[in-house]
Amino acid sequence: MSELWPYVAMVIVGFLPNEVWRWLGIIMARGLDERSEIVVWVRAVATAILAAVIAKLTLLPPGALAGVPVAVRLASVAIGFGAFLACRRSVLAGVAVGELVLIAGAMLRTP
Amino acid sequence: MRSVFILVTVGTFLGIGALAHDLGFSLTWAVVCTILVWAGPAQVILLTALGGGAALVEIAIAVALSAVRLMPMVVSLIPIMRGPATRNRDLVLPAHFVAVTIWAESLRLLPALPRENRVAFLNGMGSGFMAVGAVFTIVGFYLAASLPMVLTAALLMLTPLAFLMSTAGNARLLADRLALLLGLMIGPVLAAYRVELDLLWAGMIGGTLAYAVHRLREAAR
Repeated sequence: MSELWPYVAMVIVGFLPNEVWRWLGIIMARGLDERSEIVVWVRAVATAILAAVIAKLTLLPPGALAGVPVAVRLASVAIGFGAFLACRRSVLAGVAVGELVLIAGAMLRTP
Repeated sequence: MRSVFILVTVGTFLGIGALAHDLGFSLTWAVVCTILVWAGPAQVILLTALGGGAALVEIAIAVALSAVRLMPMVVSLIPIMRGPATRNRDLVLPAHFVAVTIWAESLRLLPALPRENRVAFLNGMGSGFMAVGAVFTIVGFYLAASLPMVLTAALLMLTPLAFLMSTAGNARLLADRLALLLGLMIGPVLAAYRVELDLLWAGMIGGTLAYAVHRLREAAR
């Protein structure tokens, strides 16, 4: 039972709350306006939740990332984001530069 | 590979595999999660919240809110896929493959195909992307277990970097951009003070404030 529990949890709080929107999409395939007010609000809330997760992973990170000084993690995000904006919003360029900053910074700052 | 999205998929799932390892999940769990959930934001929320011991109700609500965006994607694809002989149950599998990458590629590629081949094409493309996702979940998991610390840290950093930039890239409306900024600021404050249901509060406060500013600006026009 205890070995099955993580899978039961995944289905109940991960799979179902996610998949239900795909099923609803099939059922409601006609007449949903992407610009309707409720859709705009829900997307704003979802974006803020994801932003909170991003900030949490950067500032209060799990495992090995916690061993990298917080200043290096923040520099990685800031410089990576700068590269993203400079390269016409290229996610690939931003992630690559952010990663290079993190690796270089971690090697310089950690003994 | 002609699709740059395959690189995004590789990066996303390397990060998710590494995250699953460092948060103490099993490899099998991580791979089943990639196949069953198949949505980056939902998986990252599920991993961090479940790994951090959040309340199950909070996790379910946070995942559901992160996944609402899948519905309009599916809705916009159905008219392209549905033929005269297509039943709703034929659409359950292709709808499961729909995530932002598959959705964008389907809109680009499907209209050029004969209508009766589109469901099969999407199922094939979806299986291919999902196989890549599953393989790189495994690769990320094992790399996190065996690489030097600095490189494991770099793998774990893939998730916040990639999600920050793809979210910023998709944020066209003022409400979306403000919500991103406010969530980044409010989230860590609530987490630092150990507020219960911190993710949900950050989303409700940040998202609603951003939406209110959007409404005020619309009204001022």
